[in-house]
Amino acid sequence: MSIVVLAPGMLSSVQDHGRCGWRHLGVGRSGALDSLSFSIANRLVGNATDMAVIEITLTGPRLRFAESARIAICGARIDASLDGQSLPGWRRIDIPAASELHFGACRSGVRAYLAVAGGFLVNSVLDSQSTDLRAGFGGIEGRALKADDQLIIGDGFRPQCDQVNIDTRWIDPAPDLDFSNPSIIRVLPGSDALDDDDALFADKWTVGNASNRQGLRLQGTPLRIADPRERISEPVLPGTLQLPSDGQPILLLADAQTHGGYPRIGHVIRADWPRLAQLRPGDALRFVRCGARQAQQLLNEQRQRLARMAIAIAADA
Amino acid sequence: MSEVFAVETLGEDALLLRFGDAVDGAINQRVHACVAVLEGNRPAWLIDIVPAFATLALCIDLDAFTDAAEPLAELRRWLASQRFDKIEDERAEGTRSHSIRVRYGGEFGPDLEAVAAHAGLSAEEVIHRHSAAEYRVGMLGFAPGFPYLIGMHASLSMPRHATPRTNVSAGSVGIAGAQTGIYPRSGPGGWQIIGGTEEALFDAGRESPALLQPGDIVRFVDAAKVGGTAS
Repeated sequence: MSIVVLAPGMLSSVQDHGRCGWRHLGVGRSGALDSLSFSIANRLVGNATDMAVIEITLTGPRLRFAESARIAICGARIDASLDGQSLPGWRRIDIPAASELHFGACRSGVRAYLAVAGGFLVNSVLDSQSTDLRAGFGGIEGRALKADDQLIIGDGFRPQCDQVNIDTRWIDPAPDLDFSNPSIIRVLPGSDALDDDDALFADKWTVGNASNRQGLRLQGTPLRIADPRERISEPVLPGTLQLPSDGQPILLLADAQTHGGYPRIGHVIRADWPRLAQLRPGDALRFVRCGARQAQQLLNEQRQRLARMAIAIAADA
Repeated sequence: MSEVFAVETLGEDALLLRFGDAVDGAINQRVHACVAVLEGNRPAWLIDIVPAFATLALCIDLDAFTDAAEPLAELRRWLASQRFDKIEDERAEGTRSHSIRVRYGGEFGPDLEAVAAHAGLSAEEVIHRHSAAEYRVGMLGFAPGFPYLIGMHASLSMPRHATPRTNVSAGSVGIAGAQTGIYPRSGPGGWQIIGGTEEALFDAGRESPALLQPGDIVRFVDAAKVGGTAS
């Protein structure tokens, strides 16, 4: 079974849980930026939680399904319709053969995830199907979707339906994902101190236009590093808060380069990464301090919520 | 072990081992010797061992631990059980060496004359000094398979272009500060380009995707001297 891309949207790419074990070769993680929405979308259609999905950015694609399919749309609140009928997010939707799925704009958030039962079949490169857009491999030829691409769907549930069938039950992703403004983002200490310890937390920050999957460029009152000596390149990771000399932090995301020479002033906790993925240029956020123990507790609570959702979804299947 | 490196945390799921804070061959050699030790006993949850010039990141898979565990504490315990007594060895056994054929100057090295002028040397002398040295792959970074090579003759040091080129060809051999490196893929870049190689530095589809691994030894061979085409 296959899907034809009629129009690609702004930036749509095949992503799974990302690429691990290759950072020593300079290969970044890639993968779904909002890992929570990604895994729930997969669960809703009965996939393993790490199967490849389409990550949609700000405006979505138009897709033609040759055969019937079970789908789910999670993440950003996005306009979606099937042959004129609008489709809600966070639930199971069965669509008939020869349907056209049209995505419009994201109303809140930035990234929506389309999962299809059976998953998108693309070759695995370095143990992952994720598109590495900067390096140009993985996914569909290492690039974003374009018109006339054919997406092959693996073996999975195929509904027998003549019209769209929308499940009345749905998943509420709060509090892990909400679209409150400003977002509260929790930060572990970094290795480089600021001249004023409280400066990062004193004011709100605005997400800049140059933000992308590599990182959020933040704008606000410039920060100053306590020790401004030049640094040599050291490993950096998704979640790392870097401070270039202009004092405007860069918050690294899944496509982060593997090494960087800027001071590291903090690390955003994992439990808050899904919300980072949904911040759009112009959005405000505030940082608050977090300790290692609290970070672990918050991650555990998030995992437990995910596990409960998984049980609820499985019971309905 | 405490004399070899200091341990810092790098967020929620990684430790950073610090061997120094300079780009220095001896420090970098210890980083790679440490990698060799850790690789030998690597637990499945240690998903990335990422060397840099003077530091080494150890990244763990948080999903491999139960809610009750303290993952970074377990990593620290595992690290404390490792033996680093051979780390001062001059060169680890099994270090791989490569000879890379380079076409210097002309269309392959548009900045060769500028590097020569900056160094106050002839272009021939720049080529000679660049191809006479033995380099170590200090780390791979910036892009997949991009080697930062340590060991260049100090006279060849030159800052990057103030404005990066919009397109540098794959295989371009460049200089940035005291380092030399090779662009695996065409794209924008600010290094001073003195030559080019036809070697494929990185191919994600290959069994060993990166031609040069962190810690490897590299020599450049002047293609004009050995004849034939650069390869």
